[in-house]
Amino acid sequence: MIVREWLFLTMAACDAAEPWQLGFQDAATPMMQGIIDLQHNIFFFLILILLFVLQILVRALWHFHYQKNPVPQRIVHGTTIEILRTIFPSIIPMFIAIPPFALLYSMDEVVVDQAITIKAIGHKWYRTYEYSDYNSSDEQSLTFDSYTIPEDDLELGQSRLLEVDNRVVVPAKTHLHIIVTSADVLHSWVVHSSGVKCDVVPGRLNQISISVQREGVYYGQCSEICGMNHAFTRAPET
Amino acid sequence: MADEIVLKTAPADFRFPTTNQTRHCFTRYIEFHRCLAAKGEESNECARFAKYYRSLCPGEWIEKWNEQRENGTFPGPL
Repeated sequence: MIVREWLFLTMAACDAAEPWQLGFQDAATPMMQGIIDLQHNIFFFLILILLFVLQILVRALWHFHYQKNPVPQRIVHGTTIEILRTIFPSIIPMFIAIPPFALLYSMDEVVVDQAITIKAIGHKWYRTYEYSDYNSSDEQSLTFDSYTIPEDDLELGQSRLLEVDNRVVVPAKTHLHIIVTSADVLHSWVVHSSGVKCDVVPGRLNQISISVQREGVYYGQCSEICGMNHAFTRAPET
Repeated sequence: MADEIVLKTAPADFRFPTTNQTRHCFTRYIEFHRCLAAKGEESNECARFAKYYRSLCPGEWIEKWNEQRENGTFPGPL
């Protein structure tokens, strides 16, 4: 059983929440890959700063322990160190802020030649998807509802509270234009592996541009409280 | 499949570069109906605008607007 799980992890990407998961799910779009790389970069400098501060703290506690050093120092001010410890912590975040801004503006770039538009409409507590690019009249959209499969109806191997009856099928390696709106209250359409999180507002159409780079099944969950079954609303795509 | 499948959808409109595409959908719908009013019901030139608004706007919004147009209560410059 354990060997089977290990083999499974090396052959399949993590596209759904795993038990005791600490890190991100594997990226399926360049956007998510950018977010993961950014997090790794910032975390590195974060650890450096943490170790530096911890070292100062531990040194102070060790060397100035009341039993080893019963007479306290009477330092009131030190101009040089005060200037340094103000300037450096202001400059460090300025440098840390450069990669996030680059990523943020690149995420907002307008993609002109999208291949397909998919509309996702949030309801309490399911999703409706419409593919309308090839209609010849107002009524012919390919429309379907997507409900989470209840636990009693799951088949062996399916994830609990992640699977739905009708998944959204999207082409890989093409620019997708996803338009989200809501029919009743606020929801949020999230697919973690694709780096997508977009709030769904009634009366408003929000657009998301993604380009999924590998085939697979990606799972997502509703991320804006929308009532009783908020925790059970899903958005998996194939 | 003998023919290559070509995927086409409503292009990005630089009048609406931001995330909020509500006005984009509304504007395409109005453009289609103004085109119909100007060129007549049978013209093929308006089919382009029809494809655009059908791609962008949810079906429920289109139905509601069609009803409003029939009732004369459509809140837009047709």
